[in-house]
Amino acid sequence: MDTIVIHALNSLLYASVLFLIAGGLSLIYGVMRIVNLAHGNLYAVGAYATAWAVGRALGGGQPSLTLYLLLPVGAVTAAAVGAVIEPTLLRPLYKRAEEYQLLITFGLLLILEDLLRFIWGPYPLSASGLYEALGSLSFGESVYPGYNLVVILVGGIAAVALWALIYKTKFGVMLRATSQDKRMASALGVNVNRVYLQAFTLGCFMAGLGGAIIVPQQGAVLGMGVDALILAFVVVVIGGLGSLEGALLGALMVGIVREFGIAFFPEVELAILYFMAAVVLLIRPAGLFGHA
Amino acid sequence: MNLISVSPKQALLYAIPIAGVLLFLPLLIEPYQVTLLEYGLIFAIAALGFNLLLGYTGLLSFGHSAYFGMGAYAVAFIVKYLNVTSMEVFLLGGALASAGIAALFGFLCVRYTRIFFGILTMALSQVLWSLAFKFYWVTGGTDGLRVPTPSLLGVPIPQGEEKMIFLAHRYYYYVLIIFFLSAAVMWLIVHSPFGKALQAIRDNETRAEFVGVQVWHYRWIAFLVSGIYTGLAGTLWVPLNGLTTPDILHWTFSGKIVFFTVLGGFQTFTGPIIGGVVYNYLETYAVGHTVYWQMVLGVVLVLLVLVLPAGIAGTAERLILKPEKGGLK
Amino acid sequence: MILLETKSLAKSFGDMHAVNHVNFSVAQGELLALIGSNGAGKTTLVNLISGLLQPDSGTILFKGADITAMSVHDRIKTGIARSFQLVTVFDQLSALDNIELAVFSREAKTRRLFSLASSDHAVREEAREVLREFGLEDRAARAAGGLAQGERKLLDVAVAYALQPQLLFLDEPTSGVSTREKAPIMDIITSIVRSGKITAVIIEHDMDVVFKYSDRIVAMHEGTILADGTPDEIRRNDHVTTTLLGTTSSS
Repeated sequence: MDTIVIHALNSLLYASVLFLIAGGLSLIYGVMRIVNLAHGNLYAVGAYATAWAVGRALGGGQPSLTLYLLLPVGAVTAAAVGAVIEPTLLRPLYKRAEEYQLLITFGLLLILEDLLRFIWGPYPLSASGLYEALGSLSFGESVYPGYNLVVILVGGIAAVALWALIYKTKFGVMLRATSQDKRMASALGVNVNRVYLQAFTLGCFMAGLGGAIIVPQQGAVLGMGVDALILAFVVVVIGGLGSLEGALLGALMVGIVREFGIAFFPEVELAILYFMAAVVLLIRPAGLFGHA
Repeated sequence: MNLISVSPKQALLYAIPIAGVLLFLPLLIEPYQVTLLEYGLIFAIAALGFNLLLGYTGLLSFGHSAYFGMGAYAVAFIVKYLNVTSMEVFLLGGALASAGIAALFGFLCVRYTRIFFGILTMALSQVLWSLAFKFYWVTGGTDGLRVPTPSLLGVPIPQGEEKMIFLAHRYYYYVLIIFFLSAAVMWLIVHSPFGKALQAIRDNETRAEFVGVQVWHYRWIAFLVSGIYTGLAGTLWVPLNGLTTPDILHWTFSGKIVFFTVLGGFQTFTGPIIGGVVYNYLETYAVGHTVYWQMVLGVVLVLLVLVLPAGIAGTAERLILKPEKGGLK
Repeated sequence: MILLETKSLAKSFGDMHAVNHVNFSVAQGELLALIGSNGAGKTTLVNLISGLLQPDSGTILFKGADITAMSVHDRIKTGIARSFQLVTVFDQLSALDNIELAVFSREAKTRRLFSLASSDHAVREEAREVLREFGLEDRAARAAGGLAQGERKLLDVAVAYALQPQLLFLDEPTSGVSTREKAPIMDIITSIVRSGKITAVIIEHDMDVVFKYSDRIVAMHEGTILADGTPDEIRRNDHVTTTLLGTTSSS
């Protein structure tokens, strides 16, 4: 029984991070109809930036609780990068065919991959001090890392906060209006360019946050961005591109399948995941919550 | 595509001098340089196939590494399990393997367009990559599988001949001939009624449907042809490289195929050829000079999209020939 | 002879009944104008009949056969073609290529990968002839995207015409075209349609065009047919004139 609980918690852990990444991707697409192939690299930026900040602050000493306040550093860094990217690289392409945005964001992916290597070198960065400092909680006959619960908590808060932002604030109204009909929104006085910038920055913030909160548990390593992107895609294929509920549901499904898959059917775990995605594609091409 | 319609006679007029140069090259430059060009020609074949989908049908695939890889691994498997080293068997096997995968993946993907198509093709090629990784006892995992020099038309590499010489002479001509043939066939295809139908689908999917062209069907056929071309490129690549590894199944390799097609100019017929050849030199130079060659490529791609979307060939044509208005904006 | 009829054809988008149990018919050989204010359901009706949309209920009969479930491809094969309100031609192909494609498609030659399109002289000649009929022969080599708006609209109609349909739907063939260009365009279209014995249904807003060129007028309003008759009958129909034209019968 305990192992089931542990696997369930791990699924939630995984799902939390995936939700942040895929949710960011879906948000950006929902509002701007843009898919940023470098989105996974913003997750990596978040991880690296946070790991670096924590490493600097720690300097070999014992972590104090205030260090946890550094976690958002990654998210803010990613958001800042996003705020630079949108007006310089993406805005010139809005009037052009969609393929160009895929091409330019692919170029961005290549640039960011090497930029990370340039700044932080080819070796992984760790922030495990933060992870270990929270020890483990025991329940029944097992223990579970305390930090993991923090991640799950952050994921949950993020989902609720995002929902509140989108459905309960004026900003959310503008986001939804722009995503439904940007010309109409513009005619009603919404500054579409600014909404785009804000939506993009928010999406990058989410990805960076995903990287930031998971880095104490798994470290920052080159190539993590690309791996994350593929999984985020599986999530949005299942959940529907552009839908946050879909990102949430998709993240949960992927989290569960991956966790229980690795535990019980390690060889075919990836295959099950892709198979699931393929089934969804064949039955409901737009994803479970998507719009055709 | 672009309205500089070149008649068959004109096309030959440009092609013949170039063919002449290519034929005499091994006599003029050193073997290593010849092999560099060979890699370029192989990439050119892959790009020609890829561009049937992008330039002519309007579908941007980020998963073409799957077909290149299938073509390559087919060769490795033929060597490993059938103990055969005939280039012709390699070509047949590679074509069949890549055709099979392209047929399957194409069926899944062509119902979608644009962004979703790109994502899907990328994810599918990653499936193959992860399979190559996981089943390492079959595929050799990250170490890959070695492939010896094949026999060409039944004639094996002569006793005592250095591999580099073989690759720069006999194998070079073999690749060259296949390059010419595949370029000629692709030229025929894009100028055929089928090719026109594809371009109509690219320009206006709905209208194409209402002219009686069954869009999914034609896209699928284009996907199949495209996959076979890229697969053949992979098949030709392995003996040259001596080795195949999962890297060529990874989506970053797909990205390279996209890159060099765009570099050369995806709105022209010759663009992909130029892009494939130029890219190979660019990568060799960049890799040789800096660790951060991915960044170099990334910057070039960004600049291409922002400043020179027509690529090398497209820009050259625009400057020299000044075609009619109308093109991917 | 009734060429096409719909029986209680219906299509709704949420609460909006775009086409509300419509019984619509077209007789062979006639030139029918479909009029109505924006949102009356004209384009939706054409979309249903041509196969772009699937109806919620009702049937469509063409030459007596039920085509309601037929694919677009099959509908074209049985003889229905259409042009579009927002001009849709193949911009990066030449005007000649545009027409040739329709001919190749009609003759089921579009599967041919290994023969040059330009080597099929019969198709090329026919395509040139079509362009000539539409007054576009000197635009043959130009990219369709580079033509003037009126020429593009004609090309759109010409492409549909090249399919040699028995029933041709034209969705606002003169919209977006300057007033003085409208008459020449309609003249070309109507003369070709009549000499080719093609049955045509034209959606139009310009009442001058409607009254001058059509044999019969069907007026739609809010998803249903308001009136159906000859131009004279419609002109004298007060209900129609006030609902659609905002004037009482005059002129």
